[in-house]
Parts: sequence; structure tokens; C-alpha cells
Amino acid sequence: MSKYYLNYLDELESEAIYILREVWAQFENPVILFSGGKDSILVTHLAKKAFYPSKIPFALMHVDTGHNFPETIQFRDDLVEKLGVKLIVGSVQESINNGRVAEEKGKNATRNALQITTLLDAIESNKVDCAIGGGRRDEEKARAKERFFSHRDDFGQWDPKNQRPELWNLLNGKHFEGEHFRAFPISNWTEMDVWNYIKRENISIPSLYFAHEREVVFRNNSWIPVSEYLKLEEGENVENKKIRFRTLGDITITGGIESDADTLGKIVQEVSAMRKTERGDRSDDKRSETAMEDRKKQGYF
Amino acid sequence: MIIDNNQLLRFTTAGSVDDGKSTLIGRLLFDSKSIFEDQLESVSNTSAKKGHDGVDLALFTDGLKDEREQGITIDVAYRYFTTPKRKFIIADTPGHIQYTRNMVTGASTANAAVILIDARHGVIEQTKRHSFIASLLNIPHLIVCINKMDLVDFSEEVYNGIVTQFEEFSSKLLMKDVRFIPISALLGDNVVNRSKNTNWYQDGTLLSTLETLHISSDINKIDARFPVQTVLRPQSEENRDYRGYAGRVASGIYRVGDEVAVLPSGFQSKIKSINAGEQEVQEAYAPMSISMTLEDDIDVSRGDMIVRKNNQPEMEQEFDVMLCWLANDAAKPRAKYTIVHTSHEERAIIKEVVYKMDINTFERDSENSNLSMNDIGRVKIRTTRRMMLDAYRDNRNTGSIILIDESTNETVAAGMVV
Ligand SMILES: Nc1nc2c(ncn2[C@@H]2O[C@H](COP(=O)(O)OP(=O)(O)O)[C@@H](O)[C@H]2O)c(=O)[nH]1
Ligand SMILES: [Mg+2]
Repeated sequence: MSKYYLNYLDELESEAIYILREVWAQFENPVILFSGGKDSILVTHLAKKAFYPSKIPFALMHVDTGHNFPETIQFRDDLVEKLGVKLIVGSVQESINNGRVAEEKGKNATRNALQITTLLDAIESNKVDCAIGGGRRDEEKARAKERFFSHRDDFGQWDPKNQRPELWNLLNGKHFEGEHFRAFPISNWTEMDVWNYIKRENISIPSLYFAHEREVVFRNNSWIPVSEYLKLEEGENVENKKIRFRTLGDITITGGIESDADTLGKIVQEVSAMRKTERGDRSDDKRSETAMEDRKKQGYF
Repeated sequence: MIIDNNQLLRFTTAGSVDDGKSTLIGRLLFDSKSIFEDQLESVSNTSAKKGHDGVDLALFTDGLKDEREQGITIDVAYRYFTTPKRKFIIADTPGHIQYTRNMVTGASTANAAVILIDARHGVIEQTKRHSFIASLLNIPHLIVCINKMDLVDFSEEVYNGIVTQFEEFSSKLLMKDVRFIPISALLGDNVVNRSKNTNWYQDGTLLSTLETLHISSDINKIDARFPVQTVLRPQSEENRDYRGYAGRVASGIYRVGDEVAVLPSGFQSKIKSINAGEQEVQEAYAPMSISMTLEDDIDVSRGDMIVRKNNQPEMEQEFDVMLCWLANDAAKPRAKYTIVHTSHEERAIIKEVVYKMDINTFERDSENSNLSMNDIGRVKIRTTRRMMLDAYRDNRNTGSIILIDESTNETVAAGMVV
């Protein structure tokens, strides 16, 4: 076989860099939507490669629900400082204070859906015309339909049945005033690809992904971390467990798994043996069959 | 899993409604152990709700609410699975004629097309249309799966009859690598596991075929083409004079020291350095994303193309393309569109529709010059300035274009340079 071919990780990397450069070339004011999770860290890492030796030409935008893991915020601030990029924070707490949204009530209340308003407000007030996300098509069935360049109307909404066809590598980011795009450079990566690449490149990620001791309660089939926001229900006990997180979302809804994987090598091994998808432990996706599709249409990540 | 050198293979599936596409994909995912427990659980629940006995494998692929409710595929859905040999991306495209545009989309980046034929019905109009599109989009490998063999008693005769039928009509199409496999997507025969019911069939299963297709030469390695996406000009002190031309190699190989020309200006220079990310490399090839610097300080910007001095594309302002119309509103003769070709954009008009293709009979109709949604035809395009073109047959990356309607910003057509 000729030596002039790429292995799959190099090809995914090359595709993502191509998309990031197209974003830069086609839009006026793009940002990276940065959650502090591994996917947005990966996108940021790829952006660094795409524009080297220049600095990353995008600001990082974080939609802060106020229900964070402190480790995530620390990680975010350190990264922003290291890269010398601008950080834009959209605050869900502020949206609540301003009356833009109302806090959900009841025992399964989360701020997950509230993020949509804060996100769209931040996009509008910062005149962002393209928000780069770490969404992957393998994550969820509605995401499997996403384009690399995904159009949002002037209400920030997604119309999955009426998307622009995307052929070859020709990306059409043309838009009218008030509309914006979402760009998904790692659309074609799976969870396994992400971990293999993070390991290969030795990308630093929040300590939460590695196995550690933590106070948790067992709820909805996973270990929910104890935090100031957690209200214990009857019959629930706080336990000390060695766990790690597969995805990072709000501290109130992100469940951990019992694990001994405390190195990238062990994580890769563990993930390749997993029999459940990574979103299987997130209560935001469990609400209904089409929970993700419904949120995405409104403007969710 | 040792996967460091594994390649990525993209394939698309085509077949008419109910030929078993979704079931086949579900089967591939299931038998290659790419389905997770919670996905299985969710699909089992839905299967039970719909009154199926057992798991309806087809449900693994349909994603949107309407698709699940109506049991049809509307838009291209992408699926992923990995075996110890390769990573696969499946573009699952709907089969019906009104979704031709989606099939074209899925086909545009595919290394291989899997075409399904229902063993009970043999080659039908849809089969011809799908094969035509696969050949038009120059998909390098075609795998024809004769499905539902369980419903024809795994008959070798039926299978051979369909193979002959297929070969007869497809001789009119340009296709390099065509294979046939008798399968049952429902029961799993010859999908991942070899069937005990087809002892007369000696070749590989669908999965082993996909794992071993030779795809390294699918990309043109001869004609070096590097469309410039953006120019890197770092603001820092130590890089004050740095000008890096960033892009993805569309085809061919570039080495430090190569004598190159920058098109359209024609200025010549030599490659001074090549970077892949932070790393300096000596050579780069398609489809690598790189940046390069040149020995001379010449004016290069987005939309330019860096090529080898002695191997250049055609520079044309008027040219023919096979155009697939994607939009609701029909093509307007002499209306202005934006044409996008690699990183280069111009304005364009459709000067003339030379003929329209009947995609079921492959006949050319030169009387009919009306291109509406899902139609394919040969047109003459004229652009405001010269474009740097290769024939699509020789180079999928530098022989493809899209048209954008300036009044709606929609992508209205996809074209292949003839
Ligand atoms: N007997 C039999 N039925 C099949 C086979 N493959 C698919 N089917 C059935 O054919 C119907 C249509 O299949 P589906 O996968 O939805 O077709 P699609 O429209 O091409 O996606 C379903 O009822 C399947 O169970 C097969 O190999 N044998
Ligand atoms: Mg289907």
C-alpha cells in the first residue's frame, strides 16, 4: 500500500481543521461555544492547530448555568489565560434575574433548557454570526442530521427538515442580517475517536474525567455528585465512591460512573468496553424520545 | 484495539423504499457490536409499542420525529461504526425519487455505494437511477447487495439472474469496481457473518468487503492542487514576516523545494516550508490540512490555487457541467448565481441547458431545458472571471461546484465539471 494515505484520526483532524478555517474565512465574528467538556476542549485544541503560528482568532463563549463544577470553571479560566483568547460569559442566573426565563420547579428541575435563551441572547448581543460547537453526530439521533454548517433563522431556530444540502467539502455559510450559523467541526467523531485523539495528543482535560473519590448519591441509575444544589430525597444516602464523569454538564444532573480509570490510557480502555452511550447518564436526554430534537429546534447547542 | 493505521471509509446506501436499507444498517451495527445497551433498550421499547415481535433493526437509523412516526427516511443521517480494521461513516439516504438531492449529497463524499435490490423484484427503475447517480458522482466502488434472499430460498439462479440484469444495463455507465453479494439483512446472512444458506457464493461478506476495499488510490495523487483557504499572518514580534497559506490539499503531493505557480496570477515561486499544525513536515498530500510558506513575497489570497509549475488545471470562464438541481424553485436561465469551487467564489449564469437526463432510462432530452428539483442535466455556465478547473472524472475535489441563489442564500445546485 502506498504511504500516502491518512489514518482515520488524522483524516478527522484534517477535516475539522478545514471546517474551522472555513468558519474563519466565511464569517465576521465567530466564537467557540466552550462548555469546559472534552468536546469543546478538543475543538479549541484543533483551532490552535488550524491557525498556528497565529493565536486562535475566536473568542470562547461560555453559557454559565451557575450550576457548575468548580473544577470546570478553573479549567476554563486557565485555558483562556494560556491561549490569550477572549472569554465571553452568558449567565443563566442573569437571565433569571432579568426575568428573561423562569426557573423550573419540582424535583427534576434543571437549568438545561434555560440555557437556550441565554445562549441566543449572548449570540445576539455580541453580534456573533457563527457559533462553533463540539456537537457530534453519534451523540444523539437528532444530532445525526446536523450539517457541518447549520443555519439558524433570526429567532435562532433550527429547521431540520429544510436544511441546506452539503456536498463535497463546499460549505455555504451565506446568511442575512440577524441570522447565524452553528458550525460542527467534529461532527464525524465518535466518543471513542475523541478519547483516542485526546490520548494521542495528550490534551489536558478537567480532573473530573479521571477516577477520583467523591461524595455522591445514587439517583436515576447513576451517581450524582453532592453539591450545594442537591436536595436529598427520602431514602437517599450520601456515599463516598471512586467515580469519574463521561460527559460534563451541570453538576445537578451529570451522573458519574464507578471507575478506576485514572489515566488517559485506562479511560480509552474503559470507554471501548462500555455498553452504554455517554448521554445515557444524562437526565436532560431522558425526558422523552425527542428531547434533544425539541431543544435543538429552539436553538440549543 | 490496535487502530493506529486504520483508514476511514465513507459509504452511502441506496435502494428503493422497503428494500431493507435501514434494516441492513441496523444489522451491520448490531452484528459488529456497535449498538449500546441504552440504544437497544430504546429501540426495543419502540418496537414493542409498534407491535413488532423482536427488535426492529430499522429503528436504529431513523432519527427525526417525523421519520420515526412515518417509518421513512427523509434526510441524510450519518452513522458510525468501527471494526478492528477500519472506521466507517455511513450516509443513510432516502431512496425515493423526491429525495434524489439527498442521495447526491450522501454520494458526494463516499468511497463506496451499497445499492440494495429486493431479490423478489430484481432490477427496477430505482436501481438504475441509484446506479446512475453513483456513477455520475464517480463513487469509486459499488457494492450491489441482493437482499431478502431468504424470501427466494437463497436461490443461486435468482441471484445470477439479477446479476446479469444489472450488468446489462450498467454497461452503459462508467464504473470501475462493481461487486455483488447475496444477503438477508433481516436474518444476517452474508452481512457480517458468512451464510450457511449460500454455499454457492464464494466471495466475502458485506463487512469483509468494506473492510478490504482498496481506497488509498481513491484520491488523485498525481495532480497537485492546493486551494488557499486563508492566509495566516501572526501578530507576534518573532513572526512579523510570516505569511502562511492555509488550506487542505485537494489532490497530489507537495514537497519543500517544489517549484509552484500561484493561480490565477501565474506568479512562480518555491515552497519554503510546510506545516501540519505546529509541526514542520517535508511533504504533504491529500487530504491533509496544512499551511505552507513560499520563498518569494507574492500576493496570495483566499480563492487562489497553488499548483505545480508544470501541471496546471484549465482556466476557463465558460464550461459545461452536469448539474443536479436541488431547490424547490426551478433553474432560471440567465439568472445570476454565486458559484463556489474549492475556496473560490465568482458570480455565474446558466447560459444554456444542453440537455436534460432522464435518470431512469439514461436518455438525453435536448428539447427540454427546464431543470427543476431533483433533475439532472448538462448545462453551460459562464462566470465573471476565470475558474481553475479539472474534469470531475479526474478530480472530485477540483471538478465540483455548487450554485447559491443570491436572493435566498440557499444552495440550489451541485455540479460536476465535464
Ligand atoms: N424477509 C426479509 N425481510 C426483510 C429483509 N430486509 C428487510 N426486510 C423487511 O423489509 C421491510 C422494509 O425494510 P426497511 O429496512 O425499513 O427498508 P428501507 O425502506 O429500505 O429502509 C421491513 O419490514 C423489513 O423487516 C430481508 O433480508 N428479508
Ligand atoms: Mg429506511
